[in-house]
Amino acid sequence: MNLYLKFFSMHLKGQMQYKFSFFLTLFGQFIGAFSSYLALYFMMTRFHKVADYTFNEVIIVFATMMFSYSIAECFMRGFDQFEKIIANGEFDRMLIRPKNIIFQIMTSKIDFSRLGKLIQAIIILAYAIPTSEINWTSDKITILLLMIAGGTIIFSGIYIIYASLCFYTLEGLEFINIFTNGALEFGKYPISIYGKTMVKIFTYFIPYTLFQYYPFLYLVGRSQNSLYAILPIGTVFFLIPCYLLWKIGLKHYTSTGS
Amino acid sequence: MKKYLSFFNIRFVNSLQYRAAAVTGIITQFAWGIMTILLFSAFYKTDASSFPMTFNQLASYIWMQQAFLALFMTWYFDTDVLESISTGNIAYELVRPIDIYNMWFTKNYANRLAKAVLRCLPIIIVAIFLPYPYNLAPPPSLEALLLTILTIFLGTSILIALSMLVCISTFYTVNNMGVRMVFLFFAEFLSGAIIPLPFFPNNIQTFINLTPFAAIQNIPFRIYVGHITGVAMYKGLALQFIWLFISILIGRLWLKKSLKKVIVQGG
Amino acid sequence: MIELKNIKKTYKIAKRESGLSNAVKALFKREYTKINALDDISFNIKEGEMVGYIGPNGAGKSSTIKVISGILTPDSGQCIINGLTPWKDRKEHVENIGVVFGQRSQLWWDVPINDSFELLKDIYSIDNKTYKKNLDELVSLLNIEEVIKTPARMLSLGQRMRCEIAASLIHDPKILLLDEPTIGLDAVSKIAVREFIKKINKEKKTTVILTTHDMQDIEALTERILLIGNGKILLDGSLNELKKKKSPIKKVVLDFKDGQISEIKCIEGLSLVSNINGHAEISVNTDILAVSDMIKLISSKLNLTDISVAGTSAEELVVSLYKEFQI
Repeated sequence: MNLYLKFFSMHLKGQMQYKFSFFLTLFGQFIGAFSSYLALYFMMTRFHKVADYTFNEVIIVFATMMFSYSIAECFMRGFDQFEKIIANGEFDRMLIRPKNIIFQIMTSKIDFSRLGKLIQAIIILAYAIPTSEINWTSDKITILLLMIAGGTIIFSGIYIIYASLCFYTLEGLEFINIFTNGALEFGKYPISIYGKTMVKIFTYFIPYTLFQYYPFLYLVGRSQNSLYAILPIGTVFFLIPCYLLWKIGLKHYTSTGS
Repeated sequence: MKKYLSFFNIRFVNSLQYRAAAVTGIITQFAWGIMTILLFSAFYKTDASSFPMTFNQLASYIWMQQAFLALFMTWYFDTDVLESISTGNIAYELVRPIDIYNMWFTKNYANRLAKAVLRCLPIIIVAIFLPYPYNLAPPPSLEALLLTILTIFLGTSILIALSMLVCISTFYTVNNMGVRMVFLFFAEFLSGAIIPLPFFPNNIQTFINLTPFAAIQNIPFRIYVGHITGVAMYKGLALQFIWLFISILIGRLWLKKSLKKVIVQGG
Repeated sequence: MIELKNIKKTYKIAKRESGLSNAVKALFKREYTKINALDDISFNIKEGEMVGYIGPNGAGKSSTIKVISGILTPDSGQCIINGLTPWKDRKEHVENIGVVFGQRSQLWWDVPINDSFELLKDIYSIDNKTYKKNLDELVSLLNIEEVIKTPARMLSLGQRMRCEIAASLIHDPKILLLDEPTIGLDAVSKIAVREFIKKINKEKKTTVILTTHDMQDIEALTERILLIGNGKILLDGSLNELKKKKSPIKKVVLDFKDGQISEIKCIEGLSLVSNINGHAEISVNTDILAVSDMIKLISSKLNLTDISVAGTSAEELVVSLYKEFQI
């Protein structure tokens, strides 16, 4: 939408004003992603494989997670930092404007420095794609893109859940970290290494497997089930409970005041 | 001493107030611990021979990390300190009859300790009762336990002394974030907070063991799980003393010099 | 048309007490106190009216404003504003209101004010022609021609507040809610803001609700006062009537050349407050002695060079009201 683009360029302009600070944060994000990669690299160098997955396969999962996480973090930053929006009264201001609330939150913050992680992901993919054993047909590329899109949707949904919880309390929400940052850290390996139970939990509870695992299996040729390839589309359904929780939280907020 | 006890007290009472935060914080740490152990378990199952310690040792290490996280977290900077430098309020502190370095040091320590005390007991207690080999095992000897306590104390001190250096660098930089970021990366990674140092490639390990970062949590936890035994424990202790001495010395000298500069420039 | 009927709103606040033992107790059991923020509030405001909404802190002013703007859903009661219920018909309702929160900003911080206005134009879907007309008018009336190219964070409070007011009126709202709009402003800006609000109210028939602690705002702007205390509307009347009713005491300041001020003391209805070198302050009880008679009497006893008669200030009036209602 036109209005979204206006906000987009406004945020871009604004952040470019503080060039030094912006690039510093960008660099910081990159360093964080890099140390995550280093840990993976050291472990894989020592053990050569994990649960039968090769280094090349693992880094595809890693890159997918990094990629989708950084996009979600950048464009859904308003939800990620929702506690601030509520605390400083910005949210009340949003309620007084005749525009969709979710739209307003999304446009309240667009944090381009988060894309530092994206840079790491791209570098990894630049190495992983040519060196992998995958035959990169347009189908396979589409699957990779779907995986990334699915990941972005899942992380966005989790941010929305976090924001909904902020309506109830601003304390004690750090456990959400497990599902965002934690998912990023532990999800850089295919989920199956944690055992079958984990795979089940993260298919039916928060469907990480729909973008990080099943399509990955098809992508690297470990599974021939073509249904797996389009599973990322299913991540959209995850947004339904997220949205419901949001609505409930919003109702609670408007009847409790601030 | 009373002053420092009061810092501790305020922080502690504060953290009790936020009970929801305390509970969820512990749950978060617990989940993190379990997932980390599961991750290592996957590697263990893949190739147990490449594992540099027993699996139970690794599990105990991870639980120790979680329990004492507050003591060893690298991203905790006392924002009051940083602010007082950047705003120049430090001028007021100079007028007071206290040693600034000591005050900042003890303040940082008290804060960390207050945070740690609340979290460590629940985690330790639950971790002890987990099924073998995922549990927190007792130390191999009383000697090891005593040395663990001592080296934890020293390790925290080294970390604080190093972060003091970062704080002091604020005198010289407009935007301190860059320095902090670089420090964070090295401290986190090289202290073994992300993956324990024994898992690093061997040649890199020898190099890292020469840095002060390896003396922070790496030495205490490995003594506890029995990965460092015998004379090596005392060697580690000595190394800690050396690094602590060096970083405090540099810190105090540098602070003195920086303060002189502030006074000369007229704060 | 603003109509509130029997609006009720209660809050539960968790009790937090200091000290170690209380903190440990709080870990296991939380105690709550109930606060009746809005206790059966009813009032009507006609189109084009300008109303001052006063009351001590915590009386329920901001809760009322929140209900009117649609941010807060009351526990019970009705509120109909131009045919809409604020919290139910949110999007429709907010298109017609403008809100200025004195201590918070609606402008985007890092971009020029102009850009903020442009964004508001799109948010309120204002067509280009109307936007330009409104913008030009607001900019010239509020004198912000020079500052609209600067980002909000670089402006002084006075400049920023004028921009905030402009921002709240860009979309021609029928109702303007002002929550402490002159707080922290210098005298010149305060007057500018008041003049502007008066003008808007007169020319565009904008209904204005003003909550404030600044009694000069009230005196300059509002005819009608709503006093709220402990969640209840304690008073709903015109400022002038209240003044007349409340206090017949008027303050007289006079300068005189010769004459004994002591002669005045025996006049019934007069009492001397102070006298320094021919500059005296007297209070007159107009129930006993009319102002015109007073002037006659005084000038017969003293050689007056200057005299001014002041009514009770709104400030004093409000203080006495608070005392009377024990808020």
